[in-house]
Parts: sequence; C-alpha cells; structure tokens
Amino acid sequence: MNNSIAQTNANLAPTGGQKFRQRVLPIIVLAIIVAVIPLFGPSRTVYALLSVMGINIVFALSYNMLLGRGGLLSFGHAVYFGLGGYAAMHAMRAIEHADGGFWASYPVFGLPIIGFAGGALAGAIIGWPSCRRAGTPFAMISLGVAELIAAAGFMFNSIFGGEEGISGDRMNGPELFGLSMGPVSDVYWFIAFWLVVGVAGMYAFTRTPLGKMSEATRDNPERVEFVGYDPQRVRYLVFIFAGAFAGLAGGMAGVYFEIFTPEAVSLVPSGFVLLMAYIGGITYFAGPIIGAIVLTYMQSMLSDFTEAWLLYLGVLFMLIVMYAPRGLSGILFGLTGAIGNGSFGEVAGKWAMQLLGAILVFLGLMTLIEVSVRWSNGFGETFEPFGMHLNFGNPLTWVLITVPLALGIYFLRRANRETEEVLA
Amino acid sequence: METIIFSLLNGVIYGLLLFMLSSGLTLIFSMMGVLNFAHASFYMLGAYFAYTISGVSSFWLALIFAPICVGLIGAAVEKWGLRRVHANGHVAELLFTFGLAYIIDEVVKIVYGRNAVDYRIPDLLDFPLFELFGAQYPAYRIFILFISVGMLIALWFILNRTRAGLIIQAALTHPHMVGNLGHNVPRIFMTVFGAGCALAGLAGVIGGNYLVTDPAMAVQMGPIVFVVVVVGGLGSLAGAFLAAMILGLLQTFAVAIDATFADIFGFLGLSQTSELGSITIASLAPMLPFLMLVLVLMIRPRGLLGDREL
Repeated sequence: MNNSIAQTNANLAPTGGQKFRQRVLPIIVLAIIVAVIPLFGPSRTVYALLSVMGINIVFALSYNMLLGRGGLLSFGHAVYFGLGGYAAMHAMRAIEHADGGFWASYPVFGLPIIGFAGGALAGAIIGWPSCRRAGTPFAMISLGVAELIAAAGFMFNSIFGGEEGISGDRMNGPELFGLSMGPVSDVYWFIAFWLVVGVAGMYAFTRTPLGKMSEATRDNPERVEFVGYDPQRVRYLVFIFAGAFAGLAGGMAGVYFEIFTPEAVSLVPSGFVLLMAYIGGITYFAGPIIGAIVLTYMQSMLSDFTEAWLLYLGVLFMLIVMYAPRGLSGILFGLTGAIGNGSFGEVAGKWAMQLLGAILVFLGLMTLIEVSVRWSNGFGETFEPFGMHLNFGNPLTWVLITVPLALGIYFLRRANRETEEVLA
Repeated sequence: METIIFSLLNGVIYGLLLFMLSSGLTLIFSMMGVLNFAHASFYMLGAYFAYTISGVSSFWLALIFAPICVGLIGAAVEKWGLRRVHANGHVAELLFTFGLAYIIDEVVKIVYGRNAVDYRIPDLLDFPLFELFGAQYPAYRIFILFISVGMLIALWFILNRTRAGLIIQAALTHPHMVGNLGHNVPRIFMTVFGAGCALAGLAGVIGGNYLVTDPAMAVQMGPIVFVVVVVGGLGSLAGAFLAAMILGLLQTFAVAIDATFADIFGFLGLSQTSELGSITIASLAPMLPFLMLVLVLMIRPRGLLGDREL
C-alpha cells in the first residue's frame, strides 16, 4: 500500500527530460533565436526595432513579477525603470570622465548591472511603505509615488537633468567581447546578451522558494500567514526584485538611447508596461514577452500607418480585459493545447465563428476610426482603401461601418450563446 | 491680507469643484469597490459636451443636458461593460476603467482635436462681481460656488431624506441584504454609477471654462480625484468633502506662497543657491496631493472619516 503511494508520488514529479524541456529548453531556444537573427543581415531599422523589443521584454517581464506572479497592480513601475536607467546614465558619464579608479576599468557593457542595483535600491526604499497591503491600497500608493517622482524629476536637475535629461556617450571605457558599442549591430549583441540574462534570471526567480511564496501570497495571504510566512515581507522582497529587473531594462535603455529624460519616470511608460504585460497575458511567463513584441511592433510600425494607433491599442486592451483575460498568450496556448489533445475539431467551428466576428467588428471599427481621423484633421483628405472614396457624406461609408459591425456582433453573440448552451 | 482672502475664496471654489467631481466616485467606490479610473474622463466629456451644446444653443441648456448625456454614457458603461468584467475581480475592473479612460482620451482627441477648445464663460456671467483691495473678482467664480453648494445640498437631501437615498445608503454597506429585501441591486449600481458620472460631467460643465478644456484635463484631474476619495475615506461623503476642501485650500495657498526651502530651513544651514534650497513652496503645490495620498495610506489607511479600511 505504502509502496504504491510512493510510486504515484514519484510519477507526479517531472522526469529529468520533462524538466529540461519545460524549464531549460525555452531559454536555449530564445538564445538561439536572438543569436541567429543577425545572420539574416537585418537593416538598421530592424536592429533598432529588435533592440527596443529586447528592452521592453525585460521591462514587461519585471512588471509581471508584480502583477501576474504577485498579484500587485502597480501604476508606477516606470519609476524603477527610470531610476535604474538614470543610475546607468550617471555611471556612463563617470566612465566617460574617469581617469583611473573604478570607473576607468568599468565597461559600458556592464551598465545594466548598475541599473539593476539602482532599481533594487529604489525598490527597497519605496517598497517599504507600499507593500504593507496588496490590492487597491498598493495600486494607489504606486500611483502617488509615481506622481511624486515624476514631479521631482523636474525639480532636481543634478539627478534628472531637467527638461533635456541626461545624455552620455556609450563609446568609452574598456571594450568587452570586442564590441565597440558604436554601431547598432554591436548594441544588438549587448541587448541580446542582457535580454537572455534577464529572461533566464526572472524565470529562475519563479522557481525559487520566494517566487513560489509570491504566488501563494497572491492567491491567499491569510493561509501564507498560517504557514508561517509574512506576506508583507514576501511582497517587499518580490517588489525589490521586480524593481531591480526593471532597473536592468532601464540600464539597457540607457546604453541604447544614450539619453534619459524625466518623462521616463512619468505615468505614460508605467501605463504602457501595464498594457504590454496584460495584452500579452499575465498568467503565463511568456505572456509579457509576446505582449512586448506585439506592442513594440505596433508602436513603431502601426504609428506610421495611422494616427489613431493609440485608440486601436486601447480597443485591443479593452477587448482583452473583457473577453480574453488570459491575453494573447492565453489564446495562443489554448489553440495549441486544443490541437495537441485532439479536441481541435470540436472547438474549431466556434473559434472560426468568433474569429470571423472579431474580424468583421474590427473592419467596421477601422472604417469608422479612419474616416473620423481624416474628418477631424480637416485637411480634406479621404480614407481610400481599394480606390473607394470614403467620407462622412458618402452613404457607402455608413454601410461599410454598420454592416460589418452588426454582422460581427451577431457572430460573436452566437458563438458565445453556443458556449453557454454547451456549458448548460 | 488680500492674498489670504483671495486664496481662501479660490481655494473654496476649487475644493467645491473637486468635491463635485469626487462625490460620485466616493459613492461608486464605496458601493461597488470599483476605483473608476475613467471618472475624470467623464468630467472631460462633460466639458466637451457643454462646449458643443453651448455652441449650437446656449450655456444654460448645456448646464442641464451635458451632465445628463454623460450620466447616460456612464450608465451604459456600467450595464454593458463593467458588469461583465465584475466576475473577474477588482483588478480586472480597475483595468477596464483604465482602458476606458485611454479610449475616451483618444476619441476626444479625434473628435475635438489635440488643442484646447474655446469653451467660454457665458456673456451673462462675464463681469466682475465686486472689487476687493483694488482687484476685481469675476462673477463666474461665485456662480460656481452657488452651483456647487446647491448640488451639495441636493445630494445631502437625496441621500438622507428620501427613500431612494436610504436604499442607496443601505446598499453601500450591505448589498446582499438589500438584494434579499427585493431591491434590484444591479439597477441601483447602474443608477449610482450613472449619477456619479453625471456629477463629474456637471463639474466639467462649470469647471471646463473656469480652468481649461483640452484633452489633457482628464489626466491632470484623475489622480487628484483619487486622492480626495482615498484621503476622505471609504463610504464617507463628509470625508470626501473635508478632503476636497483641505486639498483645494492647501493647493491654492501653496501656490500663493513665494518662499523657498532656504527661507524656511535657512537656520539649518540650507543655502539659497543649493538645489534643495532654491525649491519654492509654490512649485511643490502639484506634489502636495500625492504626498497626502501616500501619507494617509501609510498612517491611516481608512482615510479621514472612513468607516472601513480600503
């Protein structure tokens, strides 16, 4: 009897192969992907896009240590990104002006470590009063602190550099790995290295006892207390680590952009990182990575196509909050999961209908938004997809807005009704 | 002396505006636990609707219809949006209103443009009411004072002296019991949400031309409204009133003080030329609300007059 229980327990534990596949392999795949990309000879624009993506991935993952893993909704995470970045910028200037001493021998390549330390320090100081409670009080304190730091950013010019910020030159100090840090391709390797280090570090953090306790504190702080842990302390430690990794991303950004302005600590980037993490999906480790890639791409590419891209972003966010709380990665993993276990045939019809509905709704909304933007600009431009002249005077416009919207909503509702019938 | 009297008047008016904005949010927050990020966006909508309506007809019609429109939009948001998200918990609700604020901001930018619109004080009220110490005091500010006080009395009367108010007060603390007694709690929520948004819209109508009507007004006002609600305390309109007044007076007085840190802490050896010493009290004014927010949450999480912790 005892023997069989022991056996089942042993069976529950993942085998060495499973551990490798689930925990180590994804990181190796990531490292291979970032190492292979330069072989395709990307252009400067692509390098720039990839570098910003790398920074945002680390930043979004650090945010998810709070929101997804710790259940702490923060509206001021950019504070740690910014303070870490400022620490790195000041260090970069110290390297530039150093003659001898510690900074003369410090490579620019290692600046994210300074950012990491700066973010951790900021997290340790600010986190102490903020982490007493989770939920709304935490969210409000983070908002208040973010506003305070943002206001202070324009007051203390020796730290934040006032309106024009602090700028430096990354081509100083000793070289590491033979990278002069001048051309974007060199900086790409720098970003790639710290991206892999950051992702591996944050994944490793989820496997530590502290990472596990942070999830337990999110789910049930009272029981955590009964088991003998102090939820406040768990939150505080997690907060420091999240701040530190945000600082790491800030250090990467400092080296990449060579400038930091007080806008970096304001509410706007704090909101953007929240969007990245949530749209990607906060319940999966990989979610914020997907979110950061998609949103960075949208930010740099979509903003060329349409002025209203922030509105599209807002609509996407609202749809995710309302219909897919597990984010893009939830949809993706749901799909691959269904294909994997053979139930794809059953749900395919419903998903096809939902997809059709979503596309139709999107088409209707897009027509409305694009025509409105051009009408609002007042330059007499018209929205001309496929050679049609759409403006608010044209009845065809209203047909193209209302018909797809109505049909799309009909399909979405029908798909949902079928789900409810299946559940009932 | 004249600075004190003018600051006092302006502070009271600003405080009353803040209270009008936050009274709806306090009710919504206490009842549904939703800290509505989009509340200040409804304030902005009120101002823009009033601009449109007063453009085609008159300010007085805007004073009535703009808040009603905003209230209807608010009720619709509650019914078709928030209620759906409610099942996913408070964080999802907070995020929903966060996204809503984002969308309203962008839509306003598309419809009305990125620059401030020319929303003016009606001609009828555009004259100096009285003269104090040689400076003229605009009549419109006193008009704001009257509207706010009138709203305050009406709100107090509805909540404390009518049956509907009794039910709302009961639903603040015991929504399940109220539901068991046969009241339609979701409809009460929707009504309160709509009414709260309408109050924010009214604040926008009378505040939009007193301050400025541009797409940034929601972002500027939003966090301050949270401060009022949190500092005032959960479930307490009196607390929100107190907090709004303190904030209004504190900010207007701080702006009026010309002293620097060096003037005050000079005895500690802080010099006028050092970075810390040259910071003026006036430049600290925008920070004061958030300082208050963080301190209150740390020291007294239930707020000034709140009946329970946040």
